[in-house]
Amino acid sequence: MPFLQVQELKKAFPATGGAVTVFDNINFSIERGEFVCIIGHSGCGKTTILNVLAGLDMATSGVAVMDGREIAGPSLERGVVFQGHALMPWLSVMKNIAFAVKSRWPDWDRDRIKTHCQRFIDLVGLTGAEAKKPSELSGGMKQRVGIARAFAIEPKMLLLDEPFGALDALTRGTIQDELLRIVQATHQTVFMITHDVDEAILLADKILLMSNGPNALIAEIVDNTLPRNRTRHDMHHDPQYYRVRNYLVDFLVTRSKLFQSGGTANPAQPLVVRPGLDGALPALPPGGANQGDPQHLTANHQSPSHNN
Amino acid sequence: MSTRARDLLRSALLSSLLLLVLIGIWHIATLPKVQAQGADDEYAKLMGKGASKSAGFPTPAQLGGAIIKHVSDPFYDKGPNDKGIGIQLGHSLGRVGLGFLLAILLAVPLGFLIGMSPLIYRALDPFIQVLKPISPLAWMPIALYTIKDSSISGIFVIFICSVWPMLINTAYGVASVRREWLNVARTLEVTPVRKAFQVILPAAAPTILTGMRISMGIAWLVIVAAEMLVGGTGIGYFVWNEWNNLNLTNVVFAILVIGVVGMILDIIIGRLQRLVTYVE
Repeated sequence: MPFLQVQELKKAFPATGGAVTVFDNINFSIERGEFVCIIGHSGCGKTTILNVLAGLDMATSGVAVMDGREIAGPSLERGVVFQGHALMPWLSVMKNIAFAVKSRWPDWDRDRIKTHCQRFIDLVGLTGAEAKKPSELSGGMKQRVGIARAFAIEPKMLLLDEPFGALDALTRGTIQDELLRIVQATHQTVFMITHDVDEAILLADKILLMSNGPNALIAEIVDNTLPRNRTRHDMHHDPQYYRVRNYLVDFLVTRSKLFQSGGTANPAQPLVVRPGLDGALPALPPGGANQGDPQHLTANHQSPSHNN
Repeated sequence: MSTRARDLLRSALLSSLLLLVLIGIWHIATLPKVQAQGADDEYAKLMGKGASKSAGFPTPAQLGGAIIKHVSDPFYDKGPNDKGIGIQLGHSLGRVGLGFLLAILLAVPLGFLIGMSPLIYRALDPFIQVLKPISPLAWMPIALYTIKDSSISGIFVIFICSVWPMLINTAYGVASVRREWLNVARTLEVTPVRKAFQVILPAAAPTILTGMRISMGIAWLVIVAAEMLVGGTGIGYFVWNEWNNLNLTNVVFAILVIGVVGMILDIIIGRLQRLVTYVE
């Protein structure tokens, strides 16, 4: 039994002329200590899946089981980093994190809470900014506070909803490095939404590819075969990098549309592909998960430059 | 910083200049009429008016004298119709403070409830919409009849006029607390009481304080009228009493005091408001 198991998750919204199904039959699992990214176009329901895992939203049907227990509501066992950092603007950096720590361990005394918070403030590199209010921080620093707050409650799983979407490229890079370092040090289990292909390759062990909505599904699962000690600076020297990257970009640009109409994927058990390995063809399930064009699944295919 | 200081100095200079001009115009307009004095001296004496006692609108100098006289001895008490300005103000401020406090005690919790529950909001909205536009003074007869005490009726009138802006602003502030902050509280399994006091209250505090500021402004407007109506004590009664005495100098003085006190009350709540305001 994996650490997190999502089974036949479905979300439908009532609409004029019948319900609109955002996604249906979503199945995937996350092992303990695994970093999983989910990629897909806007509107495919990524955030809804994350909110269901967080317990903030209810699925229409299907279940998500974490550590042997069904997710039925929000819990301190799952830390969430929100898209818009969601810091309380009237509290200082220290107090924002202390608010979370106090919720997690209500009987801790003030000194213990402070020491604990300080450890996580130092961890995200915000030493010296403890007394600052969020309005006095840059976007990147705010998001770091959000990350520190989520880590500080030491959750069993961390959920990140496009945490770096609003940051400039330089800041994003620095924080990605920090997140990578922290996750490698703490062996945190992470589920993260991203639009950034490079971010997914850098951080994720496993990348879930979601087809376009409505009726979105998990089309394939990319196993990231780049060595675990990769960094943002040397990652692109690895020959695997471009193969994985092209594969992901191809999916986003062309193939993500094809699944919803064709229904060629097997959502109950999405195909696992390893585009990073040279010439490696994934085991095709009976019937084939592609459009009969093996080039899409091999690593040799070069895609034109894209804009994402 | 120095440009800011210079701007402040300039505006202060301009304000003083304007004040001087106004007092100057006022002084010229209230100068005693010279030609009338000699001819009607005897007539004036017959009418019981001394030549030194000029009738009509007070001059700036007379007002200055009145200010000095009242401020030098604000707390004397020579019977029901002759009390120092400090005592009268104290009565008015006491009524406003008590009515205002009662309004806070009702409006803030009820506003919380309305803001958090759309059901209660819709259920109470018709009542609020009908009760809100009623002039607080219209309640006076009912208050006098049921309470049978003019001073408490004054407090009630202040309460009823302060309650609406606070109630509406609290409900609005609570209802528009950012979803994100509530979600943070939910994922941290924060207890309802802690959520109310540590998330919703600080988030809604600037809006609530805005409501209180509006309420205080209205309350200070209403107290003067209410005290004119019920009589007895208070700055409003003082104005009415001095009008009956035909002492316009004291009336002008009282008007000035009402303005200054109103300004001070507004500044106090404004300071409080700045304390709870946050920058997003």
